[in-house]
This record gives sequence, structure tokens and C-alpha cells, in this order.
Amino acid sequence: MSSRCGSARGSVLLAAAVLLAGCDREQRRFSEAPPSASPSEIVRVSALQPGPAIIASSSSNRYDGNAYAISQGQRLYTWFNCAGCHANGGGGMGPPLMDTTWIYGSAPAQIYRSIVEGRPNGMPSWGGRIPNEQVWMLVAYVRSMAGLTPADARSSRPDHMMALPGSQILVEPQR
Amino acid sequence: MSARPLLLGCVALAGCGGARNQSALAPEGPVAGEVASLWWFALAVATAVYLATVGALAWAAWRARRRAARGEATDPARDHRRMTVAVSVGGALTVVILLGFFVRDLAAARALRIPVTRDHVKIRVTGHQWWWSIEYPHPDPSQRVTDANELHVPTGIPVLVEVTSHDVIHSLWAPNLAGKKDLIPRYVDTLWFQVDRPGVYGAQCAEFCGHQHAKMALPVVAHAPRDYAGWLARARRPAAEPSDSMARRGREIFLSGPCALCHAITGTPAGSRVGPELTHLASRRTLAAGTLPNGKGNLAAWILDPQRIKPGTAMPATALPPADLEALLAYLGGLQ
Repeated sequence: MSSRCGSARGSVLLAAAVLLAGCDREQRRFSEAPPSASPSEIVRVSALQPGPAIIASSSSNRYDGNAYAISQGQRLYTWFNCAGCHANGGGGMGPPLMDTTWIYGSAPAQIYRSIVEGRPNGMPSWGGRIPNEQVWMLVAYVRSMAGLTPADARSSRPDHMMALPGSQILVEPQR
Repeated sequence: MSARPLLLGCVALAGCGGARNQSALAPEGPVAGEVASLWWFALAVATAVYLATVGALAWAAWRARRRAARGEATDPARDHRRMTVAVSVGGALTVVILLGFFVRDLAAARALRIPVTRDHVKIRVTGHQWWWSIEYPHPDPSQRVTDANELHVPTGIPVLVEVTSHDVIHSLWAPNLAGKKDLIPRYVDTLWFQVDRPGVYGAQCAEFCGHQHAKMALPVVAHAPRDYAGWLARARRPAAEPSDSMARRGREIFLSGPCALCHAITGTPAGSRVGPELTHLASRRTLAAGTLPNGKGNLAAWILDPQRIKPGTAMPATALPPADLEALLAYLGGLQ
């Protein structure tokens, strides 16, 4: 009797432990040194290289799998008017960001450089304007649009594209 | 008798003191007055009902004990009859009292109708995580004023506040002036109040809206009508020109650094509406939506590391060399 009682208590404790493990969500870091102030190694933005090709930079963005940072990146994307040229990822005046073939590379360090330095034919240089950690948040969001970050950290479409706030129904296109 | 219950009672009562400028029990206008009188009415009726119920219970218990002590015989049929009468009367009285509440409530709602037909002032408040954007509309676009984190209203005239939200649901509550009104994204609602006396009243976001919900306050400054006109005229002026070379350098730093990407200062190229408007920053009472009293030291702390003061705020930390920070503070401190 007492052993059965003990095993029941054990399984309740085990279930509680399993449930509690679910409480360990990702960390929201509000103030921290940016993942890296700027990529230190050479960032290649062209596939054309003399000699044997060197594989693109492997440095990763610490925010890549962080849902909070990606959602912040999504807000910044609108606030800093990235949508003005790239629309909601589909592109417009600027190239689309939903595909994975990018002119200057889709690795985190390459995107970082593209934002900070700007690129010919229209991409402004945002260095010194957007703080480093926010650039890295934008990098994470831009990569999430292309499906390059873990799916469980991706944010949903922005509210303004929805028929009703909080819904998942897209606005009917104007005919 | 121990002193502890007495002490606890004192502590609880001390909590009722509170700030007079942020209390629904210190109404400063007809709207809040109506709400407060409704509350006092409900308190009086509830107190009377409570005392009557507890009194009847005590009396019944006392009578039953006296009967038992005297050894009187009970008559179940008579008791049952009396119980039926008592319960019927009690039920009927409850219905009458609830009807009384209903009528009183309807009367209050009638008195609180939005006075669109009367002369009024219209102001628009938009909630953001975690600050307030305030617009003073005018048919002439050049006369419109956009401000932040401080609501200025005239006394003696209805103020219609159109409320909406930029991100999540917030709620505006100035207890001395009116009840709460939710700020809902993509939906404009109207809250109105009228202030009787000039003064500064506290308002607060009253709907949980994220990490810094508690640090989303809004001082409401009520001016006498003539002072209000003067305030509005000052608010319409573009930002003050920097007075010395230090402040001019500060303006350069503001415009060339990350500040201008989010904040607007009228009269300069900075026109972003992502963060609070700073055109008349130095004349505000508080910083960061009521988080800190406005002052040079607090402003410096806020610019250098806002995440330490209000973790989660959209404002990022800005690393500035001391000389640049000093210049920026000189510029911002001159934005009267």
C-alpha cells in the first residue's frame, strides 16, 4: 500500500517537474553588449573570388533563434521604413527579402554589412543611425522572412496586414 | 487586548490617504463627480443592507437562545409560515433595491452622455508601449500640435478625448476626472470630462500592456481658459533655436546620431513619429511617461541607459562620449 502511494507521489512529482520545465522560456535580454559590435572577419559579399572559393562567413547571429528579438526586429523594420522599399518582404523599389538568393549574401554578417554600409542603387547606409543590437535584431527578422531562422521563433504577419487586429485573415486585395 | 489589530487597522486606513491628485474619491469635475456619487450611493445602500442582514441574523440567534432558555415549545407550522413571509419580503426588497441601482445607474449614464452639441475641446490620445502621444487637432494643419506624455486641458469646458492605440490595448484612467476608457488598436473611442479647478492630476494606463505597464503615467495639467490659450500658442511654436555653440553642437549630435531616427523636433529635419515628440521636452514635468522627474541628471541617465530605468522600452542605450552628452543635454535642456 505504502509503496503504491510512494510511486503515485513519485509520478505526480515527475509530472510537475515536466510541467515546470515548460516554464523555462527563452531569455529576453533588455540590456546587453551586442552579440558582436561588428563582424571582425572579412565579410565577402561576392561569390567571385580569386583562387579556390572560400566558404562564406560562418559567424552566426545570437538573435537568430530568439522570438523576442525577431519580433523587435519586425517592429523596427516598420519603424525605420524598410517596408518603404522592400514592402513586407515581397520587394518593391528594393529587392524582395522572402527568397534566399540575395545579391550581397544572406549570411548574418553579410546582411549586417548591407544594412550598416548600404549598397549601390538605393540601399542607404544606416551605420551610426541604428544601434548595433537593433541592426542584429533586424538581421534576425530579415532572415526569418526568408525562412533562414528556426521556425518556432518566427513572428506572425504584422497586424496591419490583417482584416481585423489579432486575426490571421489577410486583407482582401483591392480589385 | 493586543495592540496588533489596532496597528493593522491604522496601516490599512493609512492606505486610504493616497495621493489626492489621483483618487476617484476626490472628483474634480461633473463626470468624476457623477461616478463618485454613484459609488457613495452604492456604498450607503450596501452598508444599510449589510447592517440589516447581520442585525436580523443576530436578533434571530438571540431570540432562539432566549426561547431555548425559557423552554418554550416550538410550533413548526407557525415557524414555517413566518419563514415563508420573511423570505418573500427579503426577496421582494432585494428586487426593489436592485431596481433602485438600475434606475440610479441609468440616470448616471444619462448625465455622462458625450456633450457633442455643447462647446468643447477635442484632443487625441494614442497609446504606445509605453508612452502617450497627444495631438491637439486644428482645421489648419500648421496650427496642429503633437506632444507626448503630458495632457494639457482647459478648465470649465467639456474635453473630448479621442483615444486609440498604436500597438496593444491600453486604458486611460485619470481617477479625479473620469472613469477608465480602453485604447484599442484601429478603433477610436471617446472619453470626456470637464475639470473645475486648475491643477495637475495623475492619470495612468489601467490595462496591463507589457513589461512597463506600471511606468506608463500621464500627468494631466488643467489650465484656466486664458492660460490654456497661452500654453497652446507656445506649443505651436517650433523648437527653440540653440542659444550657444555648445547647444548648437548638441543639435548636430541629435540630428547626425541615432536620436533623429525615432524622435521629432519641429523646426529641424528630425520628423520621425516612432518615439515621443521632443519639441518642448524641457517644459515637461516628467521623463519617459511619468517614470522620472524631468531634470538634467535624469535625462543623462535616461539617454545613456534607458534599459536600466525601464527595461524593455523601445529606446536603446546610446553610448556618447562625455563632451557630446554634455552638448546634447545643453540642446535638449533649451527646448522650452
